[in-house]
Amino acid sequence: MASVIVNGKEVEIGANERLNCIQAAAKAGVEIPAYCWHPALSVVASCRMCLVEVGDKKPDGTVAMQPKLVPGCQTPAKDGTVIVADSQKVKDARKATLEYLLLNHPLDCPTCDQAGECYLQDYSFDYGRGYSRLNEPKNIKPDKTYIGDQITLFTDRCIMCTRCVRFTREVTGSAELQVVSRGSHEEIDIFPGHPVNNPLAGNVVDLCPVGALCSKDFLYQQRVWWLKTQNSVCPGCSTGCSVTVDQNEDRVYRLKPRVNEKSQGHFMCDEGRFGWKYTHSEQRLTSAEIRSNGQTTSKDWDAVLKAVRTALQKAAGIGKGKIAAVLSPWMTVEEAWILGSYLKSLSSNVILALGPVRVSGQDDHFPKDIKGNVIQPVKFTIRAEKCPNRAGVEAVLKHLVGDVMPFEELLRLSSAGQFNAVYLVGGDPAGWISDLQAEAFSKVETVIVQDFLPSPVLKHATHVLPSGTFVEREGTYVNYKGLAQLVRRSVRGPDGSRPDSRILWELSERSGLVQTDAVRKEIASAVSALAALDHAELKNDGVLLSAAEPVGAK
Amino acid sequence: MTETAKKKNVRWVEEPEIGFWESTFVPAILSGLKTTLKHVIDRKPVTQQYPEVKPELPLHYRGVHRLNRDEKDRVKCVACMMCATACPANCISIEAQAAPPEWPDRDKFCKTFVLDELRCIYCGMCEEACPVDAIELTHIYDLTGETRSDLLYDREKLLSVFDKTKNDPRDPVRTRRGTLGPAAEFQQLPTLGPATVVPTADRAAKAETAGVIRTGGEVK
Repeated sequence: MASVIVNGKEVEIGANERLNCIQAAAKAGVEIPAYCWHPALSVVASCRMCLVEVGDKKPDGTVAMQPKLVPGCQTPAKDGTVIVADSQKVKDARKATLEYLLLNHPLDCPTCDQAGECYLQDYSFDYGRGYSRLNEPKNIKPDKTYIGDQITLFTDRCIMCTRCVRFTREVTGSAELQVVSRGSHEEIDIFPGHPVNNPLAGNVVDLCPVGALCSKDFLYQQRVWWLKTQNSVCPGCSTGCSVTVDQNEDRVYRLKPRVNEKSQGHFMCDEGRFGWKYTHSEQRLTSAEIRSNGQTTSKDWDAVLKAVRTALQKAAGIGKGKIAAVLSPWMTVEEAWILGSYLKSLSSNVILALGPVRVSGQDDHFPKDIKGNVIQPVKFTIRAEKCPNRAGVEAVLKHLVGDVMPFEELLRLSSAGQFNAVYLVGGDPAGWISDLQAEAFSKVETVIVQDFLPSPVLKHATHVLPSGTFVEREGTYVNYKGLAQLVRRSVRGPDGSRPDSRILWELSERSGLVQTDAVRKEIASAVSALAALDHAELKNDGVLLSAAEPVGAK
Repeated sequence: MTETAKKKNVRWVEEPEIGFWESTFVPAILSGLKTTLKHVIDRKPVTQQYPEVKPELPLHYRGVHRLNRDEKDRVKCVACMMCATACPANCISIEAQAAPPEWPDRDKFCKTFVLDELRCIYCGMCEEACPVDAIELTHIYDLTGETRSDLLYDREKLLSVFDKTKNDPRDPVRTRRGTLGPAAEFQQLPTLGPATVVPTADRAAKAETAGVIRTGGEVK
């Protein structure tokens, strides 16, 4: 077993782990500060913040130290490597580096959006000198307000770590960013006429360790210390990127990728990053309604739920196969289970269909070369399947009804007047049903619509249940490769709406408040394909349902 | 500590003995009557003649807030929201907006600035926190309103308080500092000492005042 000595403390590293000194020290619980190094990008060793003393422990026990400080990011840790990160020499080097980085930094922390999550602030506080000896005026460069549709550059705050440049070269392959000029006149810039508008552009804002690259969407909206963060999953496509949802006073302000090697890695796409705006749409449905002959007769939640229950029970009593339900691939596994098992308990012949799965274009792989050819190895993929949980809902439906009816088949049966009651769950913010498809439900006696945005089918609805978006849900999403991850509730929805799980919980007359944990246990013991949901790891990075056979693979 | 040492350190106070005169209570009654008589003779009024006569307030009195204007009559606030962060009563809400291109010295300014004067506890933390000295507390204390919303002071109202009080000697505009306060613009900031320990060999330690931070301009 290989072992590394960090600050005099011995720590084991795996024989095949290829770690640099920063990672090896992190294993020993020692932080080595770094700006330019990022685990997903190549090493340039240009910021000089991670300088440490490194040496070798010989088999006879003697230690030979290298005479100079070396960058920790560039120095591999192997068996017997000695890392000293707390000597006076190292501390002095850090102080000198920070003083140098701050020479031309404007120190406009009060108006800087990064303040509070800025590495320059943190490291200056932890390792810096605390005062400046500069007598000369600072070299202030003009801001570049347009380097991309979503990105603005405060040139003077930049510390030239070149993380953003390397990202556009190595992960997207589009290489829009570059360093121009030299010395203290160095600046990040774009090639004229080629702004950073690639589908992963927003990541350069997260990568920037200081406040140089800012997102125009979030700029000046909030101070970061006001935001409350909740771990969740992006519902934009079936990749299911791990994200954090940042909110304040029930308003979402931004989504940021959360590092999860099991899921997507370090990054996320702009479509997901900025695609949550419908959550605060003016058009959100906010009142539960019972409608008859075009008139709204009640707007009281209790009355509506009671009427829905009565209507479903009535339809179930009429005869065989008279209830049908469309379960949206935007529902969580738990919600699909509550609804599916409730309808199943009413009538054993209930027809359950999976809602339309929106597919747009082809899977988009990165990096790409200038002609758009994908370069191997693929580092990020935006999937064509634009819903988060087809695999999960399909697994629940397969368990409950054997084979899942396609949505078109259900429409055909509905037009033929086969059903007395249909329960439609929407959830796709881009619309999930067309005017023509909605006509299929015009003759049905009871049409229950559970959705958060208006859709063409609302005009045929007899019962409307305003539900919640992904930031209001609590449950599990299963991504394209069968990775189950937790979606957590971050905000309360608008007044009058309720999250899907609560609507279904109360509809199925379960007692007390919604307990997704209990439902998950129920599913894990009942559905063999989803047995892994009981795994404790689900609460961290998620759990693969089955490595051998992905759920719902056709 | 030993028992004897403990006793040594204890000083016992005996209850004073009441003598003959004290036990008659006459001296106590007389000294009370003396105070009463003093008030009968003394004709100086103690009632404050408010509102005809306004009280003299100390210079550091903390009353209604004002938002200062800079030399170009723009609102001085840079919407950094330090005051809202520092406020223990949560009475300040600010919306920031990017500064127009003709303001090259600013990144942002406050689009809206609402201060709930009813919720405020007049602690002056906002004034302390402000890096550009944009918010200050004035000597005005007699604010009234017919509804609660009357006392939600918005940006314009706070600026009008500045216009009303800027020439009042009791409310001097405390600084004329520009955009972003000390870190961005100061010439000289003598502190008690540097924030970190300076090695004696360091150049900074040999400066005439330790911890002087200089950013351009002539310094004595």
